[in-house]
Amino acid sequence: MTTEILLAGFGGQGVLFAGKILANCGLMDSKELSWLPSYGPEMRGGTANCSVCISDEPIGSPLVLAPDILIAMNQPSYDKFINAVKPGGKAFIDSTLIESKCERTDIECFYIPSSQLADDNELQGGSNIILLGKLIKETGLFSLDTMKKAIEKVVPPAKAKLIANNFRAIEMGMNN
Amino acid sequence: MERNLMKGNEALAEAAIRAGCKCFFGYPITPQTELAAYMAKRMHKAGGVFLQAESEIAAINMVLGAASTGVRAMTSSSSPGISLKSEGISYLAGSDVPAVIINVQRGGPGLGGIQPSQADYWQATKALGHGDFHLLVFAPASVQEMVDMVVKAFDTADKYRMPAMILADGLLGQMMEPVSFPEITPNAHDKSGWAADGHKGKRAHHIINSLYLQPDELQTSVLNRFERYEIVKAEETDAELYLTEDCDILLCAFGATARVVKSAVNEARAQGIKAGLFRPKTLWPFPVKEINEAAKSAKKLLSVEMSMGQMIDDIKLAINCSKPVEFFGRTGGVIPTPAEVLAEIKKVGGAK
Repeated sequence: MTTEILLAGFGGQGVLFAGKILANCGLMDSKELSWLPSYGPEMRGGTANCSVCISDEPIGSPLVLAPDILIAMNQPSYDKFINAVKPGGKAFIDSTLIESKCERTDIECFYIPSSQLADDNELQGGSNIILLGKLIKETGLFSLDTMKKAIEKVVPPAKAKLIANNFRAIEMGMNN
Repeated sequence: MERNLMKGNEALAEAAIRAGCKCFFGYPITPQTELAAYMAKRMHKAGGVFLQAESEIAAINMVLGAASTGVRAMTSSSSPGISLKSEGISYLAGSDVPAVIINVQRGGPGLGGIQPSQADYWQATKALGHGDFHLLVFAPASVQEMVDMVVKAFDTADKYRMPAMILADGLLGQMMEPVSFPEITPNAHDKSGWAADGHKGKRAHHIINSLYLQPDELQTSVLNRFERYEIVKAEETDAELYLTEDCDILLCAFGATARVVKSAVNEARAQGIKAGLFRPKTLWPFPVKEINEAAKSAKKLLSVEMSMGQMIDDIKLAINCSKPVEFFGRTGGVIPTPAEVLAEIKKVGGAK
């Protein structure tokens, strides 16, 4: 089985970084995986997005067009991708920045005020990680333990003091 | 073996260093830039030279100079930059100097775009510069293959004294996948018979040259080179044959496109359509023997490319036009989807 994930938001919100954490979770769990960033003009000012595939088999096309899981971190990304989510799929939506409520009944949407939660808890820039916490709680794709290990691997040594904050953000996502 | 998560561009660079590449000369261009950036960070620690040249033309001529001394040298770029390097690549070929050139293709012609493309197939396999010559062309389809093929490219280039190209694309260069690095012991090719590495007055000096003003001398040098090409054609082809034994329709695709096509072939099989995939791993020499083996039971072939249809010519030649060869492609940086390819399989007659 292949789980196709699309993460989208503004450049600077940590979309590619969150994707990297998911990819490293796959690596930790000995899965097949791919991570593909958008690198075109959309990176400059519009929406940055990132495709992650996690599978038990070799990955074919790494480009995710119809995700099983969508993480939407701003309104343009939500507008662009919400209808692309596969029936039966799940969407994780930063409701601080996205006002829309999805009318589709064939997907499950989770609204988390992740930007607000990050600001209120001195986790500036942690909205992406809060959404990842919610993702693993609702999908069971990875364990908390796996994700913690992935974070330890992805956070550069010079910023190691941020690891604890990232752990806090994950748990906040899981409990909201 | 330990699995690492790396971008294709970074994996190409790491593999080159491990393959004993001592000199890298480049000039930045999207979507290849991470390769040069990685080299800038790692090369001097590995005891080699990284140099950002003033232009692509300078970079390829630095490769010609470095490789003439017998060291392993490499340059990388993306489509428009490769065009600029073509003169130097012709000089490498004409001087029988081995080197590795990496093309992380983007859309063209002209400055084109920066999204993935395979529209440099003709350039790479037919005419990467003026004159009668070929270069080895490898087409990886995964980050792991990028590693394996860089090592292979250096070895094969040294073995036949000819330049080798890794023909990748923006998708493979930008994506991350698990990759492991095998223990690499670069084949030590004896270059003492030709390398201009200093003779201290103890032997006749070696001349690295591609200028022959006497037509018969130039003809002889070309004929000698083409004799070597015949050996390369006989011994160095490589391809993946996937579900081809009983296939009615044989899809042909290389590089990133082959991944998309493989997904479509699997879906077609699930729907009862006997589809197979022929994936050349070497584009020059083209795997003629292998495609004929793969096409044995096929009634039709379908070439899928991120171009307007360039490999299709080689397919028709390889099978002597003995079967119909259809084409489906996307170009300009648009990546075909498995669903589009599946629809095309059904359209061209792969229905059960």
